[in-house]
Amino acid sequence: MRKRKFEELFFRVLMILATIIVSGSFFLIVGTIFFKGLPYMNWDMITKTPGGGFYIGKEGGILNAIIGSFYVAGGATVLGLIISIPVAIFINLYMDGKRLLSNTIRMAFDVLFGIPSIVYGAFGFLIMVYFGIRASLLGGIIAVTLLVIPILVRTLDEVIRTVPFELRDATLSLGATRLETAKVVLRQIRPGIFTAILLSFGRAIGDVASVLFTAGFSDNIPTSLHEPAATLPLAIFFQLGSPVEEVQGRGYASALILTIIVLIITVLADILIKKFSKHKI
Amino acid sequence: MTKTPHISVQHLDVHIGAQHILKDININIPDKKVTSIIGPSGCGKTTLLKSFNRLWDNTADVKITGKVLVDGEDIYAPDAEVTRIRKKMGLLSQRPYPLPMSIYDNVAYGPRIHGIRKKQVLDQLVEEQLKATGLWNEVKDRLNASATRLSIGQQQRLCLARGLAVGPEIILGDESTSALDPVSTAIIEDLFISLKEKYSIVLVTHILRQARRVSDYIIFVYMGKIIEFGPTEEVLLNPKEELTKEYVKGYIS
Repeated sequence: MRKRKFEELFFRVLMILATIIVSGSFFLIVGTIFFKGLPYMNWDMITKTPGGGFYIGKEGGILNAIIGSFYVAGGATVLGLIISIPVAIFINLYMDGKRLLSNTIRMAFDVLFGIPSIVYGAFGFLIMVYFGIRASLLGGIIAVTLLVIPILVRTLDEVIRTVPFELRDATLSLGATRLETAKVVLRQIRPGIFTAILLSFGRAIGDVASVLFTAGFSDNIPTSLHEPAATLPLAIFFQLGSPVEEVQGRGYASALILTIIVLIITVLADILIKKFSKHKI
Repeated sequence: MTKTPHISVQHLDVHIGAQHILKDININIPDKKVTSIIGPSGCGKTTLLKSFNRLWDNTADVKITGKVLVDGEDIYAPDAEVTRIRKKMGLLSQRPYPLPMSIYDNVAYGPRIHGIRKKQVLDQLVEEQLKATGLWNEVKDRLNASATRLSIGQQQRLCLARGLAVGPEIILGDESTSALDPVSTAIIEDLFISLKEKYSIVLVTHILRQARRVSDYIIFVYMGKIIEFGPTEEVLLNPKEELTKEYVKGYIS
């Protein structure tokens, strides 16, 4: 009896410790960028593009990178969804008689999922060279799309697989075609689609390596797809590498901005997921 | 019984993977009656039911030979139009699976995919089918509410209404009351009895009392073969076959 009681206590303490370490490091990270970045946070940071002396610590902000990041991550997520939804529907609803083939495709996406983003950056760069595209918003979107497609496909695939077969049987027995059945399945997984969008956008907005060669960098807000675009992770990278203390501080402020953006998206997605779960079984 | 029956099965064999699930099934399902398929778990009851509307099409490793004639047309013929065949049959599964939409849209879904767009016609159809399944008075004030808000018994009746809305001739029930409480079960059973005036009904059930209460005919399936087929009272009270006798008495299950 005493042994069981001790066992219970021992593992309980272990679990509490692990929880403290994990949540503690979360607060440590957020706390660090908060305290280092907050003194350099001001209205100009998010409303102005870099001024003439920005990189020696003078006027301006990182609006170019904020807007650029939204363009790249948003464009890549939209483009990725357009490609991923048909893929996920096809391997689940059209290939159910061919399990070997659909599992091979799933494995391919698993492999793609694990490929480091620098490889996507390099691959995107090759595509750009082939088509004669210079480092630009378009190039960045293409590279990041490649990065998020496996995330989107795998997430959507997992969600579609949670839809009970009986729901498909129900629409099929009413004489629905596969496409009509797919539409009902998509309705059923709407909260899952939002989760996928969130995951994809979150990954896209924070990735440095894929945009390093492809999006370029610019102090201006891009006005067309062919202009280079600044992104937040690259802005952070450049600023932290500066010898000027003022600029380094702004690097942390930029990191804080990026973190807040991701936080807002997470909360927003959470609200949307709840709203759209209304009809879920 | 001289005209062609709605469902006529001829030399049907079903293999799933290496297993021979159904062996040389030959049966004419009586029209406008309730026919129950009974038998122990794993005997092939559900397989037989699902082969009536080709629901095995989307499953890997299923091989089907023989003929299932629906209104004289072989549904497994290469040129058979599967959506039109399925429209002739409403399926009521073990648990209710309402579509992720409102009560109204659930019933209107079938008619809509088959091309009915007029609001008036749809309104009328929805009301008619919800009345036929006894739901109308319970839901008429909240037709736009989510179907998942209904109780599970109401959901099952909604699924029945949804199936009836496409104008089938046959109703297939796959242990349709197994997830329901006794009151909801009784409501569904009564519905089957009243609906047989218009529809031919085939039920899979493992509850002998239910088979006795509801059905006019019984098919006893054992190890993938039809052992006995006949009027309910005869099969249950005075079975001809030894296996049926043992099953009815509860010796094999």
